[in-house]
Amino acid sequence: MSRTLFDKIWDAHVVEKLDDGSELVYLDRVFLHERTGSVALNSLAETGRKVRNPAQVFATMDHIIDTFPGRGDTTLVPGGEAFIKTMRRTATEAGITLFDIDDARHGITHLISAEQGITLPGLIVACPDSHTCTLGALGAVGWGIGTSDCEHVMATETLRTSKPGQLRVRFDGRLGNGVTAKDMILHLIAQHSASGAAGLALEYAGPAVEALDMEARFTLCNMAVEFGAFTGLIAPDATTLAYVESRRYAPRGDMLERARRAWQELRSDEDAVFDREIAIDCAVIAPTVTWGTSPQDAVAVTGTIPTLDSYPDDETRAEFLSALDYMGLEPGQALLGLKLDAAFIGSCTNSRLSDLRAAAAILEGRKVAPGMRAICTPGSQQVKRAAEAEGLDRVFLDAGFEWREPGCSLCFNAGGEGFGPGERVISSTNRNFRGRQGRGTRTHLASPASVAASALAGCIADVRETGHHAMDAAASH
Amino acid sequence: MEPFRQLEGIAVPMLIDNVDTDQIIPSREMKRVSKTGLGQGLFAGWRYTYDGSKKTGDKPDFVLNRAAYQNASILLSGRNFGCGSSREHAVWALEDYGFRVVIAESFGRIFRSNCARNGLLAIVLPAAAIAALEAQTRIDPQNRRLLVDLEACELRGPDGSTFTFDIAESDRHMLLNGLDYIDFTLGFEADINRFVEADRRARPWAYL
Repeated sequence: MSRTLFDKIWDAHVVEKLDDGSELVYLDRVFLHERTGSVALNSLAETGRKVRNPAQVFATMDHIIDTFPGRGDTTLVPGGEAFIKTMRRTATEAGITLFDIDDARHGITHLISAEQGITLPGLIVACPDSHTCTLGALGAVGWGIGTSDCEHVMATETLRTSKPGQLRVRFDGRLGNGVTAKDMILHLIAQHSASGAAGLALEYAGPAVEALDMEARFTLCNMAVEFGAFTGLIAPDATTLAYVESRRYAPRGDMLERARRAWQELRSDEDAVFDREIAIDCAVIAPTVTWGTSPQDAVAVTGTIPTLDSYPDDETRAEFLSALDYMGLEPGQALLGLKLDAAFIGSCTNSRLSDLRAAAAILEGRKVAPGMRAICTPGSQQVKRAAEAEGLDRVFLDAGFEWREPGCSLCFNAGGEGFGPGERVISSTNRNFRGRQGRGTRTHLASPASVAASALAGCIADVRETGHHAMDAAASH
Repeated sequence: MEPFRQLEGIAVPMLIDNVDTDQIIPSREMKRVSKTGLGQGLFAGWRYTYDGSKKTGDKPDFVLNRAAYQNASILLSGRNFGCGSSREHAVWALEDYGFRVVIAESFGRIFRSNCARNGLLAIVLPAAAIAALEAQTRIDPQNRRLLVDLEACELRGPDGSTFTFDIAESDRHMLLNGLDYIDFTLGFEADINRFVEADRRARPWAYL
């Protein structure tokens, strides 16, 4: 019987099918962070339970720590130091591997899980963070869970659930100039709503996905949760295998050969059946920016905010107007030229080397608009070092950006740091929810290149115009 | 965990879509390395007035601050309730405040799973049923209460109309009996050991 990529990974992990229709599923890895990992390990110890296989449990610090140069255990988060110290203590007691603040491998959970080869194709990995789906880019199942389920998987190496339904999204054609994986996912969610993939395992496929490099694939999978999906994943191919090999925790030698043979089977069969299919022609995707308070509120940067008659009833109209009221915008308004207070590049969505390169190509030799605050937070120490080796830090600093230490940072008030009430921010992050980047802060999601172009202009800008010369230069390399 | 069988409670309407967990509890309200005492932070951004980042009082027009909805234990909402961040604090905050049931058109997946683990009953109903329940409880919600019956998988409004709902049988069983998920799974420890032993041979490259 023909099977999907997700079927193949899932079936290999089923320990037991239970009478009530749920399945007990084996998990290969757990990754913790100090915000909820500390609570989970504490709670596990309090109930007298042990971590079943500490060798396959990892932890980092990203949610509470701040990202200021020279940082330590104290942050602006109320009570934050206790999370950091508890994470450190409970990780030591449980015998798991912690990538602490001063570790050269430190960084945002989902970045370093890939960088270190902790997540591999064919694995099921869990983390008490909704963006665990990022790791599906490796042809793995990234499973975002809560704290209780995190305790469950540490104590039992399993989770119990019903197998989710499945959706395939095909991206056909080629991406236009200035269009990135971030624009693909924002476009998809805008077309099909923030609950469009509700609870489904989502496989991204098609030539435009196959053409993406590994880092862009992480961005595409990262926001599967913003589409309501259980997870997002991409079949491993030569791009994936080249990325995985020689990573710290990846198999080597004969073991790698065995793994490669197994990984080559990880693709949906030709006649595999999905519960739903969506196809998108990449030719219609422009650099995309959000205008509202849900990732589904996205349009082409050259577009306008919808008008009231786009909404079917009083209830959705009231929500629309309430979102615009929060955002300080009007129905039908154009996004280009909208004045900004700040720009942020960072987060598990877009803080990898290629993201920083794309932004730097636009910033090089130019200055952020007067009065704009601009911040760049590389996603990991490895990314930061690589960027500095190329001189990207100088490009950001010379342009007027702050150059920070790795962490979740201003994506969600991490480190206790936010933008101000009413401030308008263009951000390479994943959620434009009310108050997420600071109480009353107005977030516009966009790609790192669009953020950089807008930072220079001091207003929402079309990267295809601002970044024209930079993109030509980048293309000729 | 407390078993959940039946509950008669006051229902609060919050009939909007995509109420995300950042709204249910902003990250700045998650102040302690513990699961308790989070009710104060529930809907903090909507519930309080602020001067800068300092709370200055209750926002009188926010639904939970209205006298008619004091001591509510049932929340009515729209599509995709609890989407966004996986923070289980959202469930702990709802429970600490006094909620035992959330009724919505659909839920964020992780939120729904977190509900089951903590004895908070998440019920999916069609929009029309939720609107009907809201209409029935709008006037005098303190006395016009909803009855939630998990044994019968049934909701009864104050005018006597009933609505049935579906819930995963595994979750229903755990909730009805107040069972602990980890204890339940540890009952399969021998099966897990057997699986891991065989899997180590089949996929040795996956093990560290």
